[in-house]
Amino acid sequence: MQDRPEIDIEKLAVLARIELTGEEKTALSAQVADILGFFQKLQEVDVSGITPMAHPFEAAAPLREDVPADPWAASRSLANAPASRDNQVVVPKVVEDA
Amino acid sequence: MDAKTLIQSTAFDLGRALRKGNTTATEICTACLEQVARTDDQVQAFVSLDPEKILAAAEASDQRRKNGQELSPLDGLPVGLKDIMAIEGAPLTCSSRILEKFVSPYTGTVGAKLLSAGMIPFGRLNMDEFAMGSSTENSAFRKTRNPWNTDHAPGGSSGGSAAAVAARQCPWSLGSDTGGSIRQPAAFCGVIGLKPTYGRVSRFGLAAFASSLDQIGPFGRTTDDVAALLDIISGPDPYDSTSWPEYLEPAMVQLNLPEEPAVLGLPREYFGEGIDPEVRSQLEQVIEAYKGRGFTIREISLPHTELAVPTYYIIATAEASSNLARYDGVRYTRRSTESNDAVDMYFKSRGEGFGPEVKRRIILGSYVLSSGYYDAYYKRAQQVRTLIRDDFLKAFESVDAILTPTTPTPAFRIGEKIDDPISMYLADIFTISVNLAGLPGLSMPCGLSKDGLPIGFQLIGKPFEEGRLLQIGKTYEQASPFTGRPAIANPS
Amino acid sequence: MPEYEAVIGLEVHVQLKTASKMFTDAPAGFGQPPNSLTNAVVMGLPGTLPVLNQGAIEQAIKFGLIFDSEIPELFQWDRKNYFYPDSPKNYQLTQKDAPVCIGGEVEIELAGASRNLAGEHKVIHLDHAHLEEDVGKLTHFATDSLVDYNRAGTPLLEIVTKPDLHSAEEAVALLQSIRMHLTSAGVSDCDMEKGQMRCDANVSVRPVGQEELNPRAEMKNLNSITGVKNAISYEIRRQARVYEKGGTVAQETRRWDADAGRTTSMRSKEEAHDYRYFPDPDLLPVHFPRHRIEELKAELPENVFDLQRRYESEYGLPYTLTSVICYDHELARYFEAAMVVYDKNPKALANYVANELQRERSQAEGDGYLPMEQVRLSPRNLAGLVRLIDEGKLTKQLAKEVIVDMFQGGDPAEAVMEARGIKPVQQDSGQLEEWCRAAVAGNAVAAQQVRDGNDKAINSFIGPVMKASRGTANPQAVREMLQKIISEG
Repeated sequence: MQDRPEIDIEKLAVLARIELTGEEKTALSAQVADILGFFQKLQEVDVSGITPMAHPFEAAAPLREDVPADPWAASRSLANAPASRDNQVVVPKVVEDA
Repeated sequence: MDAKTLIQSTAFDLGRALRKGNTTATEICTACLEQVARTDDQVQAFVSLDPEKILAAAEASDQRRKNGQELSPLDGLPVGLKDIMAIEGAPLTCSSRILEKFVSPYTGTVGAKLLSAGMIPFGRLNMDEFAMGSSTENSAFRKTRNPWNTDHAPGGSSGGSAAAVAARQCPWSLGSDTGGSIRQPAAFCGVIGLKPTYGRVSRFGLAAFASSLDQIGPFGRTTDDVAALLDIISGPDPYDSTSWPEYLEPAMVQLNLPEEPAVLGLPREYFGEGIDPEVRSQLEQVIEAYKGRGFTIREISLPHTELAVPTYYIIATAEASSNLARYDGVRYTRRSTESNDAVDMYFKSRGEGFGPEVKRRIILGSYVLSSGYYDAYYKRAQQVRTLIRDDFLKAFESVDAILTPTTPTPAFRIGEKIDDPISMYLADIFTISVNLAGLPGLSMPCGLSKDGLPIGFQLIGKPFEEGRLLQIGKTYEQASPFTGRPAIANPS
Repeated sequence: MPEYEAVIGLEVHVQLKTASKMFTDAPAGFGQPPNSLTNAVVMGLPGTLPVLNQGAIEQAIKFGLIFDSEIPELFQWDRKNYFYPDSPKNYQLTQKDAPVCIGGEVEIELAGASRNLAGEHKVIHLDHAHLEEDVGKLTHFATDSLVDYNRAGTPLLEIVTKPDLHSAEEAVALLQSIRMHLTSAGVSDCDMEKGQMRCDANVSVRPVGQEELNPRAEMKNLNSITGVKNAISYEIRRQARVYEKGGTVAQETRRWDADAGRTTSMRSKEEAHDYRYFPDPDLLPVHFPRHRIEELKAELPENVFDLQRRYESEYGLPYTLTSVICYDHELARYFEAAMVVYDKNPKALANYVANELQRERSQAEGDGYLPMEQVRLSPRNLAGLVRLIDEGKLTKQLAKEVIVDMFQGGDPAEAVMEARGIKPVQQDSGQLEEWCRAAVAGNAVAAQQVRDGNDKAINSFIGPVMKASRGTANPQAVREMLQKIISEG
């Protein structure tokens, strides 16, 4: 087995905003650590001077002319909203944070 | 024409029959709906299907044709859609609990192209949740079966799209392929599947799994059908900045040119250990068939192949962790009824809404992007991705296309790999590099295992040379036609 | 006890003026009904993708050209991942590593000793400016919150300064300079009340002479000039006091409480913020054409302080006039338009713009100044008025009445004069001589003083002549006539 990095499943669940049961945490910790261990293969490759490939082909981004199109009616934008009021999305109380 | 003939016909033949007035869209759609009704219990390919809507669309198409106003030669043909593409007014669930009730308020580019050709969206096909998986077992709703043997998986993530075409529930369908999600189920189900070059088909309207890898592509039972469907959905799109901006010659043009023997490369890394002996012997038969047609076979090397799976899973999970952040219970996804405040709403909605594989990949992706790990994982994976692509570019200096197995084994049993993520990930070992390099990949059926399960081979082409790739596929199709069909698809 | 100096860096968010949003063609705007400026992309629906707005990029490039930033050959897009209900995708598209503008300099003017006096000028260095998308707007209620995504996706330019500022006044001067220049070039309206300009301030304090920086407090979302000024002043005093007492200042985020007039710690879980930046796979890098950059450069108006210096040197305008006209691009444009019609007397023209026009605008109905686009007095007609005065056809005194009607009705000066029955001054009329002789006859003492060489004594005749003419006489002609009569003796 290759190196099995330590993972902080609590922190990752917070970053991902996913509630996990105790069971899920245990299972995921082990699986994610296994998978990361499997990823260690990459650490052996010499990548010095290799350009990271972010896109399958090299091209410049197309630019759109600054011309507005008709927007949607609020009802269309909110058609699937779990809760709405006064043409706005209702969310449970937001406890303020930076 | 009778229903039994209709469901066995290729899309091409159906189109011809429509144009000659030998059948109607209503007849075709009715035959397909009947076949679904007859076989859905066993195959379970559809997440949803709206017969009324389909028949209304068929009637409208028949009316257009009667008036000489058909929108295209293929007007009236039904096409099955993986439940991941947006069409206004149709459900879009990605086989996820979190989008269970979502009805798309807009139509994506591929959907719009189908509709403007007069084609009829035929149901929403099952998939691994958010296209994450290789067996369609990760669907929140149904377990799609392999029509050849319902104990076996249809492959995935586009398992529903492959199974429906194999089971003759529709003549063709669309899926999406991020690491093999079209080619692997095509191989498992004995149909043809094409993953186009990255950028050939617009992603606008395709719910994203991994943006730099995803492509929509066709499933069909002949190379002609696959080429025709590809040509309908291809093209530059002002709504997708990553779509290839230039006009590309339709694949059909090349496909109809006289056959020209090509040089095929066999990457030695794809023929090593771990390949099922039956897959290997089928591949040898394919090689012989090509040789018999005057093709040159050349051994090549793609030295970074063994790095493809980890590279892929780092890039794909990283992108997915960000792409799936929008499913949060706020604007359109299912919201947990248990939440007290906004933060709690996120945790609970996502905790309840996502299945285990999606959670696993989001957690993995969050890890590889997190501060302190980015360089070691994500950036390094992108660098290795460059090496993998360069392997292909170098190989293409001496060969026209690359020939490999599509999968190391025929379809595995349902449940066989679901608890072993790494072994499931390795099922994509032959398809993943193609997505990393952004190349077109075609899976063709080439025979059956002794257990009666299909085996497929893969052709990998140069960027945007889908026409040539399909032409090479057609050569095999003519030399050694795959005529088998699952028992379920036989006339009752 | 050591003396302390403050070290301040600002992050200024400016909404760019565009017709559509940063990554989609939904219209950009303010004050519209909730969620009426949205579409599939704004709402972050599954399958939606960003497409760059060339207009937003050009506005950002104009910013860079105004402030001498380097515009790199290539810039790209990153995702900043964090969850918040106002963020439709739960990631923000931004530029982390390859921004549109690198470096740059902003000239600022500090307040002078009085309003009439120019203040000291300084140069504040920029680190960079990058493009990003704005978020929606949350309104909080007792038990829930409402989200409006109209603002989501509006192009924002985040301007990051070097820690070059040393006082609240300098910070305010920087914001004012950015606002003057960007409104002048039409890059942004920079209206802080509408949230078009927002500011975060990083403040630290160190003993004078100390090289290294002390821990800084980051103050978020200072949304008015007064807020910026008071928050920074308070924070400088607070930190200095902590050091005076031998304490240490924590590196943290603090909230400005305008009502209480103080900052409080947000005790934010700084370390919990891990934005997991990575290059956006949906957007390719931008290679902006160099020739287009040259075109944009040519379209830019003159830099505000350069314009001011030119008006002062070329036209001899005083600071009291240039600080009104140059600092307000609408007035500057108005003045320039009037100058095109009549350029013989810039000072008089500037005076009319800075004083008469502004007075009429402020007295017009409605709050504050009447918006320029509603002003009916055209630059051409104002120039015409000044020309009539210079030609001696209208007195300044009467002009004050004429301009009121011109402002109200938009007619040229001649039409107003005719309507009011004002005859153009007849410089050599017998009437003028008559008035003058009467005035001289009425004050023999003053007449003698003039003859004895006291030039100022002549002024005592001017009032009576003007009175007799009911203001229609041309003062210059009156003066000449009086001199002639008195010298004839």
